[in-house]
Amino acid sequence: MTTLNKDGAGASAAENAALMDALPPLDNTGAGGVDLMEVVRESLDSPLANKGRAVLTMLGVIIGVGSVVSLLALGAGAEKEITSQVQSIGTNLIYVVPGAPRSGGPGQFGAAQTLTIDDARAIDALNLPVNGSSLQFGGSAQLVAPAADKYAQVAGVSPSHFALNELTLASGSLFDEAQERAAEPVTVLGANLAKDLFGSGTAVGLTVRMQDQTVRVIGVLVAKGGFSSVDDQAFVPISFAQQRLFGARTPDGNSYKVALITLSAKNAADIQAIQDRIAVLLRDRHHLKADGSGDDFQIVNQASFLSVLNNITSLLTAFLAAIAGISLVVGGIGIMNIMLVSVTERTKEIGLRKAVGARGRDILIQFVVEALVISLLGGALGLSLGSLVALAVSVSGILSATVTAESVALALGFSTAVGLFFGIYPARRAAQLNPIDALRYE
Amino acid sequence: MAARDGGQGLVIASMISVVDLCKIYHMGDVEVPAVCGLSFEVARGEFVAIIGHSGSGKSTLMNMLGCLDTPTEGTYSLDGVPTQNLSDDDLALIRSTKIGFVFQQYNLLPRQTALRNVEMPLVYRGVPRGERRQRAETALRLVGMGNRFNHRPKELSGGQQQRVAIARALVGSPAVILADEPTGALDTKTSEEIMGILQSLNRQQGLTVIVVTHEPDVAAYANRMLTLRDGKLVGDGPPPRRPIAAERAPERVQ
Repeated sequence: MTTLNKDGAGASAAENAALMDALPPLDNTGAGGVDLMEVVRESLDSPLANKGRAVLTMLGVIIGVGSVVSLLALGAGAEKEITSQVQSIGTNLIYVVPGAPRSGGPGQFGAAQTLTIDDARAIDALNLPVNGSSLQFGGSAQLVAPAADKYAQVAGVSPSHFALNELTLASGSLFDEAQERAAEPVTVLGANLAKDLFGSGTAVGLTVRMQDQTVRVIGVLVAKGGFSSVDDQAFVPISFAQQRLFGARTPDGNSYKVALITLSAKNAADIQAIQDRIAVLLRDRHHLKADGSGDDFQIVNQASFLSVLNNITSLLTAFLAAIAGISLVVGGIGIMNIMLVSVTERTKEIGLRKAVGARGRDILIQFVVEALVISLLGGALGLSLGSLVALAVSVSGILSATVTAESVALALGFSTAVGLFFGIYPARRAAQLNPIDALRYE
Repeated sequence: MAARDGGQGLVIASMISVVDLCKIYHMGDVEVPAVCGLSFEVARGEFVAIIGHSGSGKSTLMNMLGCLDTPTEGTYSLDGVPTQNLSDDDLALIRSTKIGFVFQQYNLLPRQTALRNVEMPLVYRGVPRGERRQRAETALRLVGMGNRFNHRPKELSGGQQQRVAIARALVGSPAVILADEPTGALDTKTSEEIMGILQSLNRQQGLTVIVVTHEPDVAAYANRMLTLRDGKLVGDGPPPRRPIAAERAPERVQ
């Protein structure tokens, strides 16, 4: 009795019995759970069959992830740039300035008049572990040269200022302790200022007038670059600035005011201890409360500068990335839209799968996985796009933008979240379909 | 399979037991009974046709027998398991382990090969890949599709697609095969082939087969016919004539 078919692939009754033995009853609990690997494999079928649609769906995620990644890379590059520029000012520097610390608002940094030369001498007497200290008192003045004039900052500084701040001479010489004690009318110019006043010719040996004083230029500094203002400043002995230019005598007439004391710690690890000892000393000298609540001075260091600046940069970066993240959300909505279309198109398939035993959660998993595949693929493409942008910016030399491991994790995490969030609604719709209606759907 | 050779009405155990089954739909405030007061038993290894005109309630009965729907009243036990008051997940489990569906429109997944279509129900039972493949190949050979493993539905004729669908119904060793108008989309000759396969599976393998149809010609392949009219069981007996596809002469002989 051969008959099951007429294709020549038929089997006799005996053969069929043997075949049936090869289909033994399966374990009827069926509790093995769905084979996830197969679900992932099947979830690729639909996007692969609709490649154009899948790519268009991914576009939102590609653009979103791409812009988040490239913005974060640019932000990281900017942060690195700022750090290196701040560090180019000098390292391990501690600044003591007069005036109460204010919370918020534009501070009158250095404008108060509560720090004196005597305070500075007392700090020196502490014999702190520092490479040296320098004092500063300055103001702004009109600088008049024979060919040009310019309104500029004039900083009265100790001779040690140049070494502490890693300022180097391009030509001429710096003023020394003797010239400082004698309050000699000499100046060392920043590179830009020298150029502004004297053009590209030599400035050393010429004179400028400031505040009715004739001052001889004895040196010009090497340009420091960055965003520091030293290149546009004129440096004079602090005694000259205090006595002849800006009148810095204290109200009681016994001392001179100081706007800034700079100390360079030998070790970064000592910075906090040094700051604490200076604070105790000044509170004692100024008869202030020991808890610091009445302080009329502030002590800051470079690390705190840096952290403020970097906070601003990170905030800006996060802000921009958040805006870019909006397109991720839009991309997610695109995925949801297409998944809803897909669920409708495949209603009959869902009905069939349920009829052969798929539970609601099996269907849910299948559609969520499909949304995840689309969003993760989009995320990966977006990551490549963002990295390319970062690379292009780095190569063009604007910034060294680097794609960090964090931003890779963020991009992939984001696209996973988008896929999950926007995939679940269509998947739930699919999972909740009534198999009878779904099977009948045309 | 205790009932492998029990095809001809030898009752070994009751496969299906239906008592006072009712399904009442609510259309607004109106109660519409689709089927009501149905009671019957199907023995292991029987080949039963459920016949009725459209609107007779045979689809509703089919859905309940297939655990796609639950009765509003009465009880239904399949292979000794009462199915009323089961959760959706439990019903899915019963469909997965005890029922093999064959549909009028085959309902194959268009982008997948015959083999993967047949494997599909086993995916939801967590059957490992190798065993899945092996069982699917066996099932396809059983319906004479041993040389079409990697064809997609598009590349197969209607009859061949329906064979793949039967293989898919077979692959999990179900307690019962439920065929809903299995020849509805096929020409007469192919219909005979498909009914021949079902008949052969019933006679040779002792599979319990239930076919729902509105065509007496199709019902005639069964060894028992339940007739539904207006939601009530109005007939239960052998079909008027019973052609044995395998033994039929080219011309129709009674």
